[in-house]
Amino acid sequence: MSNTKDLPPPKTEIGVVGWCRKHLFSSWHNTLLTIVVAYFLVTLIGPLLNWLIFDATFSGTQPSDCTGGGACWVFINQRINFYIYGFYPDPLQWRIDVMFVLLAVAFVPQFIENFPKRKWFGIFGLTGLPVIGYILIPGGHFGLENVPSSKWGGLALTLILSYVGIVASLPLGTLLAMGRRSDMPIIRGLCVIFIEVWRAVPLITVLFMASVMLPLFLPEGMNFEKLARALIGITLWQSAYMAEEIRGGLQAIPKGQYEAASALGLGYWKKMGLIILPQALTLVIPGIVNTFISLFKDTTLVLIIGLFDILGAVQSTITDPAWQNVTTEGYVFVAFCFWVFCFGMSRYSQNLESKLDTSHRN
Amino acid sequence: MHKWYGKFHVLKDLNLTVEQGERIVICGPSGSGKSTFIRCINRLEEHQQGQIIVDGVELTDDLRQIDIVRREVGMVFQHFNLFPHLTVLENCCLAPLWVRKTPRREAEATAMEYLKRVKIPEQAHKYPGQLSGGQQQRVAIARALCMKPKVMLFDEPTSALDPEMIKEVLDVMIELAESGMTMICVTHEMGFAKTVADRVLFMDAGEIVETAPPHEFFSNPKEGRTQQFLKQILHH
Repeated sequence: MSNTKDLPPPKTEIGVVGWCRKHLFSSWHNTLLTIVVAYFLVTLIGPLLNWLIFDATFSGTQPSDCTGGGACWVFINQRINFYIYGFYPDPLQWRIDVMFVLLAVAFVPQFIENFPKRKWFGIFGLTGLPVIGYILIPGGHFGLENVPSSKWGGLALTLILSYVGIVASLPLGTLLAMGRRSDMPIIRGLCVIFIEVWRAVPLITVLFMASVMLPLFLPEGMNFEKLARALIGITLWQSAYMAEEIRGGLQAIPKGQYEAASALGLGYWKKMGLIILPQALTLVIPGIVNTFISLFKDTTLVLIIGLFDILGAVQSTITDPAWQNVTTEGYVFVAFCFWVFCFGMSRYSQNLESKLDTSHRN
Repeated sequence: MHKWYGKFHVLKDLNLTVEQGERIVICGPSGSGKSTFIRCINRLEEHQQGQIIVDGVELTDDLRQIDIVRREVGMVFQHFNLFPHLTVLENCCLAPLWVRKTPRREAEATAMEYLKRVKIPEQAHKYPGQLSGGQQQRVAIARALCMKPKVMLFDEPTSALDPEMIKEVLDVMIELAESGMTMICVTHEMGFAKTVADRVLFMDAGEIVETAPPHEFFSNPKEGRTQQFLKQILHH
């Protein structure tokens, strides 16, 4: 044992003062940079906050209530129902609400460390939730009144489009990626053709094809709804991207892992399911989530085939002559909605990545 | 049996019969085909001519036959090839659970038993990335043993290890050999060969050049190529 007592570190090295010295004012040019950046932040953020919050009007019912000079959130307030539910009939909107609640039940626990059995909530979100949604939202069964998809819209439609796209494209993409790496030439060839064709086409073309061209080729009497066609198009298009993302992960798994699994007597599907895919998918989480986020934003393109997602809904109302100059508010609102969901996905992916990282690579 | 990589004739007319409980050590210069040879025994590599029969089952293109053989043949690799996303215990239980359909409790008990035998039961709940090379290789041996194989194949099990870890792995292998396991080992550890092998095979350029019991092999090699090889590895 040493006789010298442990001394506390010098005051200037710890706490707020220490942190500031180290990170903000460590040398004269860093000090200068800090001051310049701080000046810009103050001059930019001040007016922005004024417009967004302090001078903004939140309560009221008519355009004349907006007198503060800031944002007129009254407008959003007045139209919020349309932005969320589209033309979904008012008395039936509880169905959408139920879906929102279930979505939250499935995914909010994923953000809370140590939430009991949160894995099962996630599994419900990927299996039970789509099934319930499939029954509940269109209705037509179990005494539920039918709501045609032409009436769906707003945020609900955005979520339906991206949710279906995401949940369906992940397994499909995985299968395609495995097929592309297969030893069987016919399967590999088909997968390569599928992936290369869909990936080479812009989503907007896919949507056009799905809504305008496809009905021309289908036999008389056989006709999907426009939304279903868009969903199929989005899913197939997305799964081609997903396949390439996952293939990257599959290729990063060392050959030894395949050999060890084979040597233990695991057949192809068990080998892939238990050994290869868990590792490959973990590796490509950032890429997968990146693709999900861009799909989420790309769903706004359905506007061109006449579906009113949240962007479409907002855009159709900001030209209302009764409200003047609410364009900015509308777009800021849309941006905020997208940001909330995309940021959520991004945070979740980081959480998942650190949880699944067992490599101890440091 | 024969094997070609494309036009390259890697394994030439190999002929070997291994009795139950026999310990075979295969040595030879790198590129002589020794790893390829033992990888043919559980069909990680295909052979093109001749027959490989493991415990009465012939290895052909038939996937069921291959599965039957792989179940009975354990393999330990040069680079361990543990599954990094599973804990040590899960690594060991995986194949018994999914291939042999052993109940979980029984599989875990067996796994712990073998982990004790390789002297690392306390690491059972760690991930492979947290273990040293020697420990990982011992886990790999335990993982193969959990399937209760009839034959164990070792493909240079100590070549990727730091010198101070080689002994701990060899000790486990020697103990295993003494328990009567049938073993085929590709290794450069001549001490191990002297201690446990029933027969030592020397391979060069895809052929079995010489087969002899260890004392004869080391003291009185017959073939010129064997003599040269032994001179190179024993005198440095």
